[in-house]
Amino acid sequence: MTLWSSFKPAFWDHEDVASGPYKHLFNFRRMWKLAVFSTAAVALAPLIFMTVVDYNVNQQAIESDIYYQTARLVSNTRRSISFFLSERRSALNFIDKDNSYQALGDPLRVTALLENLKKGFGGFTDLGVIDDTGLQHTYVGPYNLAGKNYSDQDWFKELRSGEAHISDVFLGLRQQPHLVVSVKHDLPTGCFYVLRASIDTQQFNDLISEVEVSGKGDIFLVNTEGVLQTASRLFGSTLGRIPVTVPAFSDKTRVLEIKSAGEEFITGYAYISGTPFVLMAVKKKSELLKPWNETRKKLVVFLVLSITTILMVILGVSTYLVNQIHAADHKRVMTLHKVEYANKMASLGRLSAGVAHEINNPLAIINEKAGLIKDLISLRNETAADDKLLGLADSVLASVERCANVTKRLLSFARHMDVRLQPLDIEEILREVLGFLGREAEYRSIEVHVAVNPDVPKIESDRGRLQEIFLNLFNNAFAALGDGGRLDVTARRSDAQSITVNVRDTGCGIAQADLKRIFEPFFSTKTERGGTGLGLSITYGLVQEIGGDISVESQVGQGTEFTIRLPLTLESVRKPKHESPVGG
Amino acid sequence: MTEKVLIVDDEKGFLDVLAERMQSRGMEVTTATSAKEALQKLEVETFDAIVLDLMMPEMGGIEALQRIKEKNPDSEVILLTGQPSVSKGVEAMKLGASDFLIKPADINELTEKIKLAKAHRMILVEKKTAKKMKDILRTKGW
Repeated sequence: MTLWSSFKPAFWDHEDVASGPYKHLFNFRRMWKLAVFSTAAVALAPLIFMTVVDYNVNQQAIESDIYYQTARLVSNTRRSISFFLSERRSALNFIDKDNSYQALGDPLRVTALLENLKKGFGGFTDLGVIDDTGLQHTYVGPYNLAGKNYSDQDWFKELRSGEAHISDVFLGLRQQPHLVVSVKHDLPTGCFYVLRASIDTQQFNDLISEVEVSGKGDIFLVNTEGVLQTASRLFGSTLGRIPVTVPAFSDKTRVLEIKSAGEEFITGYAYISGTPFVLMAVKKKSELLKPWNETRKKLVVFLVLSITTILMVILGVSTYLVNQIHAADHKRVMTLHKVEYANKMASLGRLSAGVAHEINNPLAIINEKAGLIKDLISLRNETAADDKLLGLADSVLASVERCANVTKRLLSFARHMDVRLQPLDIEEILREVLGFLGREAEYRSIEVHVAVNPDVPKIESDRGRLQEIFLNLFNNAFAALGDGGRLDVTARRSDAQSITVNVRDTGCGIAQADLKRIFEPFFSTKTERGGTGLGLSITYGLVQEIGGDISVESQVGQGTEFTIRLPLTLESVRKPKHESPVGG
Repeated sequence: MTEKVLIVDDEKGFLDVLAERMQSRGMEVTTATSAKEALQKLEVETFDAIVLDLMMPEMGGIEALQRIKEKNPDSEVILLTGQPSVSKGVEAMKLGASDFLIKPADINELTEKIKLAKAHRMILVEKKTAKKMKDILRTKGW
């Protein structure tokens, strides 16, 4: 939560109590959420959609490409193998047609023919002629197979109805994989004979192993039972069994997906017509898809990065904007409040001034009339019964004074309502205020000196407050001074932002114990002589209001010095009365 | 020696009572209920002190003060007001008022101020007289 609180934008916990009926307009959190989600949706939805579509299209294209390649490979290879086999069968056909049955009975002729076949085509290892009883009456080859009877063998039985036969690959006597090609020749007599040749599978193997298969794949021949007819890189050598079932017959090249031992294989196959062979090309799907997977990985990383970036930007911009709106709103509410407050106070000020003034005049009359009663009584100098009247008049006068204090306070409240700033010459103000006391000073022969340093600039402040501050201080000084005392007022610049005014008298001084409490309200040493104890407290408040400060030093019997520091401008020190917007 | 005082206030009730009290304190009091009347009275006599209300209908205290000072710069004017404000006070002092009192004022304070004003005026008059004497002595050269 601490991490969150350090990242939490200012508007998050904002609760506007002041906007009243338009509250919904200032739900910043909702505004922020709306901005973030709508922008994110608009920005991310097409991106994700495009990526998914592109992904699928690519994957399909790549898969169909793999299928197509496999199919082409298989059909090409099938063509070469068919061609290879039909070539050999045609050769036998040719020999069969070219030579009469009698000629083929001649072992020397057959030997010559075998020699020619070996030279012309290669791969032929032996050649035999079998009559329709299944007896091999002529044989040329490495084994002595003359006289062997094949009548009970399947291929011979099959051949009775067909024209030619190509056998599975088998080991035979030589323990060498080979296959047998047989061609039937019908005689006009209704009998037939068969020309039979063994072909070494070496050439066959070479033919197939030359074919390049992508994806760590393999291409090989199997028979319909799944026995390998050529060597396979994946499933072992010739005559081994493949671990997958041979797909069902189809006269066209087909491509399938086969699962085996937890791995997926793309398998292309084709039945080679006229033979028991099925050509199969097996490719590992994972290998084939490797480049695609790499691309896919990059794509995903790119997508994730893009989404992250977009989200960051959206979050950042939304937060910034909503924060700005929040700040603007905050300012608006504060300004509204300030204006409202100022208006209220101004009306209150006018009202109190009016009331005070209206009350003061009748109060003055009451004061004078009560005073007259008192005068009359004391002048006539009559006795006893009049003492009571005198007391009554005195209490009327005391009440008038109380009222007068109230109205005075009201008026001073009215005056303190607004601070009006203007450039002021401090010396002018000091002299103006001293003008009030000039007569008294003359009368009591108090020496008054004003010395303003020429480096004191004009200050921006409130004239009324400054006048009151100095009037209060001078009055205080005059009260402390005996006849023939001295009042020194000096002003100088204290630093770049402020000036200092010193008011020093040679009066009675203030006791050390009282110094600390001198600015406290209702603290007075002249309560018996009619002091209210508010003068310095008010002065202190006034100095604070115009951004200055006041301090005092005093020695009993020597005098007192007040030091007032005033800022050159109020801008830097004045703080708004209401820091945050509040309702009401 | 009695002080000759002119009191100007639009409130007759206040004016009469104040006049009576001042008289009972041995002063010679003349009253005027408006600034105009006061100016008329000033045409025919001189006073040691003039007590002037600041807030009056038609002609206010400040304007009356200006007129009085124009005619006779030596006049001693004490302003009396129901609405105390330092800036008004300063304005008045600048125009040459001798003093400034807030209603309701203490009668003793007022008499004190009037006496002070009179004393001041006496000094001025004496100075003027002395100057005149000197001038006469110099110019005539007996």
